[in-house]
Amino acid sequence: MSSPLSYLSRHSQAFFGALGRVLRRPLGSVLAIGVIGIALALPTGLWVLVKNAQSLAGKVADTVNLEIYLKTDVPLARARELADSLKARSDGGRVELISAEQALEEFRRSSNFAAALETLEGNPLPHVIVFSPVLEQAEPAALQALRTEIEAWPETETAQLDLEWATRLKALLELLRSALWALGGLFALGVIAIIGNTVRLEIAARRAEIEVTKLVGGSNAFIRRPFLYTGALYGFFGGLFAVVFLLGLGEVLGSPLQALERAYGTRFALLGLSATDLGGLLGGGALLGLLGAWLGAARHLARIEPRR
Amino acid sequence: MEHTEAVIRFENVFKRYPSGREALRDVSLNVESGEFVFLTGRSGAGKSTILKLIALLERPTRGKVFVLGEGLAQIRSRQVPAYRQRLGVVFQDHQLLMDRPVYDNVALPLIVTGARFRDIDKRVRAALDQVGLLDKERALPLELSIGEQQRVGIARAVIAKPSVLIADEPTGNLDHALARDVMRLFKRFQEVGVSVVIATHDMALVQEFGQREIHIDDGQVIG
Repeated sequence: MSSPLSYLSRHSQAFFGALGRVLRRPLGSVLAIGVIGIALALPTGLWVLVKNAQSLAGKVADTVNLEIYLKTDVPLARARELADSLKARSDGGRVELISAEQALEEFRRSSNFAAALETLEGNPLPHVIVFSPVLEQAEPAALQALRTEIEAWPETETAQLDLEWATRLKALLELLRSALWALGGLFALGVIAIIGNTVRLEIAARRAEIEVTKLVGGSNAFIRRPFLYTGALYGFFGGLFAVVFLLGLGEVLGSPLQALERAYGTRFALLGLSATDLGGLLGGGALLGLLGAWLGAARHLARIEPRR
Repeated sequence: MEHTEAVIRFENVFKRYPSGREALRDVSLNVESGEFVFLTGRSGAGKSTILKLIALLERPTRGKVFVLGEGLAQIRSRQVPAYRQRLGVVFQDHQLLMDRPVYDNVALPLIVTGARFRDIDKRVRAALDQVGLLDKERALPLELSIGEQQRVGIARAVIAKPSVLIADEPTGNLDHALARDVMRLFKRFQEVGVSVVIATHDMALVQEFGQREIHIDDGQVIG
């Protein structure tokens, strides 16, 4: 009885039976599929967002400055020498010397302390050298080493690497990513619960049929099979809904993203979902559906016994 | 007794339902291979309980039941479906799937075994032909008369070619003429070697057909 052919025919029969039932109740099915789709699309969408933010943060963090505040008694000529020596080993990075006079002038212009500054006798500000390394070579560790080295110069008061905010942003995004995994897990549980419950309701609605089938010798596996397919189909269609939703979202986000690109003067392609991601969403949806249906059906079906 | 093989044997069977009702008290009986037996008695006497024990819809509280040479106590719940596939069962309320055509209802016992579609098709037609409903295969059960519905139930019970056919009040809802037709149908299956057990309280019919009778009263076999 269990030839491969009959195995195949039993499964195709269960599959098409389940497909037929999903399609025959369009409203109920669409509602369930919509809820599943949203539950799948939300964490996936957020994941895409974080992925993009991370790549963006990576690029922004590379516009890093090493600011070297010299001691106030260092003469301008010496400051220039230092700036030139730094430039010589900067690998094309930009080295800018802001003299104490320039700094004071700028401070005067941009702050409300003009009056207060008038009362000062000399210029309290030091000369400052700002080193902006080439983006691609901005290795945080190397920059830290450079900072330590410069700090050891006798002329250096202090050297500041404004890497902290970028590091923090990256850490924050990493945290967000981890949180997303937890969130994704939670939503996956939600999908399992929704499908489990949908299948459970369907079993209740078809109780008479299940009883008769058991009466004529239908095994639990035979009775369970179409419900498992139903769950997998719900999950698959939910995944499809999520894919369509996310692709649509990508279209909508396209133009604001271009504006962002212009604002940063860089180009970064939207890291959308790859074909593998989309396939994973469909397959994962089907798998969650199967799992939910299994959990919903297993115990429930075993309890239904013919009453006669 | 020794030379014939009992198809159904009850040995000192007791059945008490969870409600406390004692449905069977020390029932012992034999149905030989190829026999046609009426199970008679008032409603509530225990006829249905005997059939339920045979179909493994219930388990005895005490005592042993053997069907087709197997001790039913040894059949675990996982094996119950395979066991039921070897029985033909007909009910008074026929237990048809009302939203499926006659054809699907009759085919169900073969579908659950994973039989091939070609075989199923052939045997559904043969079974419907035997009960005289070949032209109704696309009809829904509700489009049929009660007598025809009962015959669909019989076609479903015999399609898997069981060697034992049990029926609980199969003529309960039918007038006498229709009931006689249905009984003749059962008789014809017995004539081709099927052992038939029919629970009924229609004494006129029992007398008319003149087969062996096992009379149950208050959970006990009386003659």
